[in-house]
Amino acid sequence: MMAWWPFRRPSRSALLAEELRSHLEMDEADRVARGETPRQAATNARRDFGNVGLVQELTRDMWAAIWIDRLWQDTKIGLRALWRTPAFTVIAVLCLALGIGANAAVFSWMEGLLFRPYPGVASQDRLVAIAGTVKGMPGYTSLSWPDFRDLERLSAGFSAFVADKITGATITGRDRADRLVGELVSANYFPALGIPLARGRGFLAGEDVGNGTHPVVVISYAMWRDRFALDPRVVGRTIDLNGVPLVIVGVASRRFAGTFVGYAMQFWVPASMQAAFTGTYELDDRSAPWIEGYAVLAPGVSRAAAQASITVAAARLAQTFPDVERGRAIRVLPLWETPFNAARELAPMLRVAVVVVLFVLLVACANVANLLLVRSVARRHEMAVRLAIGAGRARLLRQLVTEALLLGAIATVVGLAIAFACRNALSLFFAPRSGASIVLNSNFDWRVLTLSLGVGLVFTLVFALVPALRASDIDVTGALKAVAPSLAGGQRGARLRSAMVMLQVAMSFVLLVGGGLLFVSLQHMRNIDPGFALDRTYTTYVNLLAARYDSTRARLYADRLVTSLDGLAGARGVGLSTSRPLDPGAPYESVPIEVDGYRHAADETPTARSTSITPGYFAALGIRLVRGRDFRRTDSDTTLPVSIVSETMAARFWPGADPVGKRLRAGARWTRVIGVARDIRFESLLDPPAPLFYVPLSQNFAPGFSAFINSPRPLAEVGPAVSRAIRSLDPSLAAYNVLPMRDVAQRSTSPQRIAVTLIGICGALAVLLAAIGLYGAMSYVVSQSTRELGLRMALGAVPAAVLRLVVRRGLSVTTAGLVAGAAAALGTTRLLGDLLYGVSPRDPGAFVAALLVMLGTTLAACLVPGVRAARTDIVKALRV
Amino acid sequence: MPKSPPTSRLELLQGTLDLIILQTLRWGPLHGYGIAQMIRAASRYALRVDAGSLYPALHRLERQRVIAATWQTSDRKQRVRIYRLTAKGRRRLVAERSRWDRLTEAIAGILAHPVERDA
Repeated sequence: MMAWWPFRRPSRSALLAEELRSHLEMDEADRVARGETPRQAATNARRDFGNVGLVQELTRDMWAAIWIDRLWQDTKIGLRALWRTPAFTVIAVLCLALGIGANAAVFSWMEGLLFRPYPGVASQDRLVAIAGTVKGMPGYTSLSWPDFRDLERLSAGFSAFVADKITGATITGRDRADRLVGELVSANYFPALGIPLARGRGFLAGEDVGNGTHPVVVISYAMWRDRFALDPRVVGRTIDLNGVPLVIVGVASRRFAGTFVGYAMQFWVPASMQAAFTGTYELDDRSAPWIEGYAVLAPGVSRAAAQASITVAAARLAQTFPDVERGRAIRVLPLWETPFNAARELAPMLRVAVVVVLFVLLVACANVANLLLVRSVARRHEMAVRLAIGAGRARLLRQLVTEALLLGAIATVVGLAIAFACRNALSLFFAPRSGASIVLNSNFDWRVLTLSLGVGLVFTLVFALVPALRASDIDVTGALKAVAPSLAGGQRGARLRSAMVMLQVAMSFVLLVGGGLLFVSLQHMRNIDPGFALDRTYTTYVNLLAARYDSTRARLYADRLVTSLDGLAGARGVGLSTSRPLDPGAPYESVPIEVDGYRHAADETPTARSTSITPGYFAALGIRLVRGRDFRRTDSDTTLPVSIVSETMAARFWPGADPVGKRLRAGARWTRVIGVARDIRFESLLDPPAPLFYVPLSQNFAPGFSAFINSPRPLAEVGPAVSRAIRSLDPSLAAYNVLPMRDVAQRSTSPQRIAVTLIGICGALAVLLAAIGLYGAMSYVVSQSTRELGLRMALGAVPAAVLRLVVRRGLSVTTAGLVAGAAAALGTTRLLGDLLYGVSPRDPGAFVAALLVMLGTTLAACLVPGVRAARTDIVKALRV
Repeated sequence: MPKSPPTSRLELLQGTLDLIILQTLRWGPLHGYGIAQMIRAASRYALRVDAGSLYPALHRLERQRVIAATWQTSDRKQRVRIYRLTAKGRRRLVAERSRWDRLTEAIAGILAHPVERDA
């Protein structure tokens, strides 16, 4: 009977049956010997023996491995039952798989981006990020090398401090130059983080001391493979990074790709080589913050204890070096709050995602519970027969639960496959920044697998239990007599179904409201005026440091570049700047300042953000000058140092006065303010502009800058032209992408865009599932009340009235769900937190929109069953 | 399952079936049907063991290794499952036997006082 099932145990049950049969036969033979007729003997023997099936069942209970046997049996029966109803199985598995898959995907992203983002790092569970805060400034700052070293010395509870700074480099030496990303690290990087090396060694203690004294590099496994074809003698060879020959001393293990969420690192160099990568040597400079540090907690030390210890250390530093340390505090952060990489941007989005996918899973489970209910009605006969031939209720229940678990298990496997297919989906939301490709990996480790499986099975079980309890609670005689379900049972089922539909409607409503709020936020963000032109402005990056330019040559190149770009067809403004608005990869320097007449608080170091620009910069970016004049080409090294301040800066440091003509100390140098520029949002599109000032590139030169070109021509035309202009001046320069400023700005709203897409997809999915659930429930109600509908129509109800009746019934279920959903939404949309912009979490517009969508869906879902009801054939209906 | 007439037979005391089976097997290996017949005969038809009790008990005792089973062909050319006591079973029998003796003695002691008859 199970021909398709290939495995068959040598059956212990068959042997038991034979044993019992022999008992009966012996009894019969004895009875015949005593003079009964064979027929009498057979009947009496059977009567004396009792229910053979039950005896078998009871005996089997005694076998040691009985539960395995039963599980096996239940599984076989369950698979067969699922196999017999492919439509049900496919739909149920798909619903569950989508729900479970969405959860698994989010789990794996959280694991891969927030909790254990650095595969290959052994001490990941005890790794924390170390960042500074400055009083009066939002966000976190990096630390200076001397500070970092002192903190390591002064604080207890850590087993290591690991300095780290992401850096780009141009590799030369072959026919073309290429861009690489890597990290400047302290010498203890590899041993302290527990990173194994595939070849060679990590850095030696002391290799992070001195200025350019240790030209060594560890390369990534991927680089070893791609550039050196896994050459076993790679250690000892030399590569040129930014024109500096570095000796390869090791190859990192295959799994390790650095300690920065967002990019896969290709090389690591000791901090002593800083000058070759950032242009300046700052290992002795306490006022130069650039270290993005990690620390490894000592075993058994909590983060709070470590924080307490480092706070004491920071206070001692502040006493010793009041000038640089005033108002500074040090924070010990968990990895998922690391302020320096993509983790911080993605964490709020992922927090929302967890809730969203949970809702989807709930909706999916409610749908499957509904399907199971229908199925249990269809299977009443089968259940009743099994009860009648001696299966206990517990046994039936176990059977049904096994079936549900099978569904759950299959769905989990399919769901994990879906999640695995989506493992790189997050990267799609980030426009690649020039050079390195974005890597946002998910991590499918045993924790994710276990959690997904657990969630899948538990949810399936909970939602399958109610239908199962109902299905196994059967009045045998009633069910056997009537093949059709009894009305009473049907009504109880209908209530349960309504409850499930209510749950679906409520969850969908919450998702719709959330999606609506995020959508409105995104619209608001699109309409934010950053203070500079997003359209018709293109940007690229030029790195002269990598090409080993000296200062004179670099200045000359910058001048010639501006002239050359100005000459491009369509160019309406060209400028250079050492920073790029909204690009965390080209940050605005934080500079201590002094202003005549401005009194700072005792624990405040007045600081402002600063960037160096060329005269055409404001024109290229469309930034208006409010007062004073722009820089001129005549402002140079030898003329009076000048500066232009932003409106916010003017209002902050020269309240009520015109700063033009006043003095401003920027770092070590006094400058004369010659103009006030309009505010721009340079750090984030969402934060209000911080105080910012500009100095001429000619007076504060750096051999790496972004170029900005204003042109009405399309990217396809401007991009190649700009690249050509840069290369024609020096073919040895590595090419960076030419990007429209809008792309740069858009990247800064990636978390919101991911959240909108995610919640949009999930919301649509949930509404669809809810519609299916509602449709099923209404169809069921209609099919159950054919007789009532027939009667109504016989008594004169017109079809339209019947249709109204069905729709009203559907609406009553939906309304209850909507009320619950609205309450839930009011409580949960707060979770969106920072992802919302310019819209209240309780925005009535979003609620009304969600309401309309749900009502429309209800109508659509009720229409088909309603029309069917309106077409009820009176004669047939009443004959039933 | 047919209900047994309420008064004509004695119900087996809880826990005594194991002892009775072991005792029955002391005389030699026997199949399930034989054991049931033996118990009926030995109790002078006062006790009857349901198949629903006997076979689970046999299989439970087999799992506990106090009895062992083999398939044999009976004199009627029929394959039957024959149970026999193991060494462990013999020890169990002795232990259960003495426990039973002490129990019956104790109960007999209690019952030794004459019953007050109701008027």
